Amino acid sequence: MTTDTSPAENFRTTLYDTHVASGARMVPFGGWDMPVQYEGTIAEVEAVRKAAGIFDVSHMGRLNISGPNAAGLLDLLLTGSASGLRVGRARYCFICNERGGVIDDTIFYRLSDDEFLLIPNAGNREEVALWFDRQLAGHFDGRGVQITDRTMATGLIAVQGPQAAGIVDGLCEDFSPGARLARNPGRDPQPSLLRPYTWGRGHIDGRRIFVGRTGYTGEDGFELAVQASDAAAIWERLTGAGAAPCGLGARDVLRLEAGLPLHGHELSDSISPIEAGLGRFVRRDGGFNGADVLDYQRVYGTPRQMVGLTMPGRSAPRAGYDVLADGSVVGIVSSGSYSPTLERCIAMAFVDAEHAEPGTELQVDIRGRAADVTTTELPFYRRPD
Amino acid sequence: MPAATTDITEVFDKVNPDDRKYTREHEWVVSEDGSDTVLVGITHYAQDQLGDVVYVELPAVGDPVGYLAKMGEIESVKAVSDLFSPVSGAVAEVNGRLAQEPELVNNDPFGDGWMLRVSMSDAAELEQLLDAAAYDEYIGQL
Repeated sequence: MTTDTSPAENFRTTLYDTHVASGARMVPFGGWDMPVQYEGTIAEVEAVRKAAGIFDVSHMGRLNISGPNAAGLLDLLLTGSASGLRVGRARYCFICNERGGVIDDTIFYRLSDDEFLLIPNAGNREEVALWFDRQLAGHFDGRGVQITDRTMATGLIAVQGPQAAGIVDGLCEDFSPGARLARNPGRDPQPSLLRPYTWGRGHIDGRRIFVGRTGYTGEDGFELAVQASDAAAIWERLTGAGAAPCGLGARDVLRLEAGLPLHGHELSDSISPIEAGLGRFVRRDGGFNGADVLDYQRVYGTPRQMVGLTMPGRSAPRAGYDVLADGSVVGIVSSGSYSPTLERCIAMAFVDAEHAEPGTELQVDIRGRAADVTTTELPFYRRPD
Repeated sequence: MPAATTDITEVFDKVNPDDRKYTREHEWVVSEDGSDTVLVGITHYAQDQLGDVVYVELPAVGDPVGYLAKMGEIESVKAVSDLFSPVSGAVAEVNGRLAQEPELVNNDPFGDGWMLRVSMSDAAELEQLLDAAAYDEYIGQL
């Protein structure tokens, strides 16, 4: 995990007091004081894989981007199409610089023809907002797009796991979907009928919620955007209904098991989505920042590629460790951990393309000891159907 | 929310026992029956900072350990840290249970989560270490 070293200046989410009161251990992350664990990372990972967990992800940004040119601007700045995204839906993609490097990865929701909600990472929120402002100045005569940072006025709560749908359905009242539901066999609409990457609105105890069928754990689940002043009450209701409070430690293990990238590790302003094996989130018709570089990389390949690494045992490859072939350095680990779900160690790494074939036997230099690892396709974990 | 009983249990767990000495690296050492054989482990504070322990690498029986020198590594889900021996001597026994049950370090850091039994070569080194009150004060400032 990337950590900040200046805790005194960190932001606190609207749920900070709730975390401290329930015994969470707080750490600095991305400029925020966040819970790293409640009961313990392993128990929290298991709760999400087998039941339901709840995460305060209010440290991530909420940028409201609206106006007649909002879709047009986003089309220029995102690797995923905004104008082609139907109202009611959401999309994961990248904000790239001209070199194809990733300023941030994001999920964005189309709220109406002229309005989007975009979620940047905590540590990148200000940079993304600034980047959008500057890019707007160079297009559309700088007009027709309004960017409003709603991060401090709202909270964001992720409810994830096989029981998440039952918990959210049980609490959500007067739900209305933003797009047509997957199936609606004569029942009232409810959040569990949302398809993945769509959203709706409802209430919990009369408090307004925005419900996205999204998440970053590899499980089914929801992300709820709420008014900041409502967040603690909604959090209590969700935990009371059986969702186990989880910290950043569990979140990091879950996303790694699911093969999902973390900006600053698998993505950065000098790592492209193609190198990271995420070309499926880059549209092929061009017209956005970095498109030329990414097209070229897609056709001709990249010198290094993202792979998964697995090894038995519990002593994990960690970010920054060298990957070796016959004693020579051929890559570097970007994230690694013991996986409680798989009961072995897993890592993501960038290796020279010639060593990227799944099933290749390599080594990782674990503090001077060359440990055998095998390259594998991502994700490490896929939820059962 | 977990009930208040959890907090009460934690308060008891957190007490650093008076019978032993502590390093600033958060290891403890306790002499058995006043002999030159000591038990070594890490503190409640250390295990709490680490989070769930998944792996402990320790020296073998007969290996030398040095005063405040690296004696092994402890790995949690989150991170890996060095372990330092509070005393010089030779390893007399390794807690074999930790190989299969590393969570003992979290659940009972001052008891079943012990790591090494060491034959001390210089008992005077114990005088250089912190007593429980001094260690309490030290971690209070961290």
